[in-house]
Amino acid sequence: MQANTDQISYLTQSEAVKARFDKLKQREVILEVKNLTKVYHGAKGETTALKDVSFKTHRREFVCVIGPSGCGKSTLIRTLAGLESYTSGEVLLDGKPVTGPGRDRGMVFQGYTLFPWLSVKKNVMFGLEMNGMPSEEASREVALWLELVGLEKFANAYPHELSGGMKQRVAIARALVNQPRILLMDEPFGALDAQTRCKMQTHLLEIWRNIDITILFITHDLDEAILLADRILVLKAHPGEVQELIEVSVPRPRSPDQLFTPEFIATKARLEELIHPPTEPVDEDAVSVPSRMIRFVNVADNVE
Amino acid sequence: MGSNWFAVRQELTPERRKILAIASFLLPLLVWALVSYVPFIWHPMVKVTSPGDVEYFQVDMLVNKVTFEEETATMQEEGKQLPLGEPSNPIYLPPPHKVVEALYTAFTTPPVQRDGLWLHQSLWQSIQVIFWGFVISSLVGVPLGILSGTYSAVSRLFEPFIEFFRYLPAPAFGALAVAVLGIYDGPKIAIIVIGTFFQQVLIISNTTRKLDYSLLEAAMTLGTSRWKLLRHVVIPGVLPELYRDQRILLGWAWTYLIVAELIGTSSGITWFITQQARYEHFENVYAAILIIGIIGLGTDMVLARLGKRLFPWDKPANKE
Repeated sequence: MQANTDQISYLTQSEAVKARFDKLKQREVILEVKNLTKVYHGAKGETTALKDVSFKTHRREFVCVIGPSGCGKSTLIRTLAGLESYTSGEVLLDGKPVTGPGRDRGMVFQGYTLFPWLSVKKNVMFGLEMNGMPSEEASREVALWLELVGLEKFANAYPHELSGGMKQRVAIARALVNQPRILLMDEPFGALDAQTRCKMQTHLLEIWRNIDITILFITHDLDEAILLADRILVLKAHPGEVQELIEVSVPRPRSPDQLFTPEFIATKARLEELIHPPTEPVDEDAVSVPSRMIRFVNVADNVE
Repeated sequence: MGSNWFAVRQELTPERRKILAIASFLLPLLVWALVSYVPFIWHPMVKVTSPGDVEYFQVDMLVNKVTFEEETATMQEEGKQLPLGEPSNPIYLPPPHKVVEALYTAFTTPPVQRDGLWLHQSLWQSIQVIFWGFVISSLVGVPLGILSGTYSAVSRLFEPFIEFFRYLPAPAFGALAVAVLGIYDGPKIAIIVIGTFFQQVLIISNTTRKLDYSLLEAAMTLGTSRWKLLRHVVIPGVLPELYRDQRILLGWAWTYLIVAELIGTSSGITWFITQQARYEHFENVYAAILIIGIIGLGTDMVLARLGKRLFPWDKPANKE
């Protein structure tokens, strides 16, 4: 292949990035997963969805989880949220074991899951009211969070009147208003169009910068993972195991302009390698384009 | 695209929808009018206008067309005066204008028997039976349906038996209901309850089960306790669908009405219908049946309108 003088290893970190990681690792551990294993007992016998998954996230860290389909990334995040049980291992939040769903772990789903019968404001207020906050106080709190996601004008709209991006912003506000220790996001931008997704990524980084929140973000989009994450947890499929925990060397603050920086390219190349391992080379002749192709158009009708 | 009447699964313009809605009533009316007013279409009878020399013929008597022709032939052979008549439909098929007339006169005609009821009084009896039957059924059926759609334990405990019971025809319990509840409104209401309740539980539990589970998951991750889920997520979440189910079930309750009212002492609109049929006032019978239809459709339209008001977030209702 061609020689690239700019080519660097994805492991190479600039001084600033290295210093940032050192600082990050000194913060307290929010979430600790130890040897997490989940086995399903189905009709066709046992399926191991997760096998010996271990990692730690520190306060205000942004972790992305990535992997091929069937690697159990959704199972992982749902288990962390307490929506699914696990077979063995431990999930510790602030050192205490997770036993079921709770307000200390906010969750944003791919399918928005806003309550259609509640206005935007009432949706965001839901968690506070369920946890017994007086409605006047909750109302004031909600106003702040709606402003944070830029939806104060839509406070009285119903979810079906909003676009996908707006719905997801409401869902983020609804999860954050409870002030969880960690925000779990399960492919939150997967259903959005490319342009909206890009805006939402920038918006999410902005939110993350401004509040005390640790984020665990599932995605299958490599660019998205590199753009957002401090560290990327790469899983492999069948069974879902940790393949590598990559420290993203792209410096912060991040922006889509960094897409073609050497660090970005190197990291992406590494992810590609892990997720789509090079397969056996196929027979060249079998896939080569035939030298003479049947012509389906008029001889005079040329495009070149 | 808008000019096509038969675009697959595309909604029509409001005017077209209105035209078709009117046509859907006009078409059967047209068939009825054709059969009634065009002499050669059906008319198997002859209405005698002049009996001639046939001994048993009388003016306005309805006779079979065949009999009439035989009698005419006999008279011709014997050289006597021929009977005259015009083609007519049987008495049980009155023409539309007679029924329209009856729709008015049925309300203005006093009852035949002195202790009988006016039509509006009979109707009011029927409406009360439906109302109480439906309310009693719903008071237990709706909560039970929601609970069994929410908690598997409730569903497993109640649904197998209900599934069995719903196949038992409600009218079969008529005699039993009379023995237990007497001969007046009690057993009639009981039949409506039996006919509605078992379907209601199953339909509502099924509707409840269709609520998107991820809404419950979202609520749980927001710190909602298990007991609060029912009141704050399940019930508000299924309310619009539940309301639609109730509208359909109310329609079913009406279909049990006639059978219910035959039990014990015949009452309400059924009593009116059987009385009128006994006197061969078939136009009144049709009028009464039409009134049931009008009341049914009318209530449903009012309820649909109300539903839009009650559930402004409900998309399907607002698209209607």
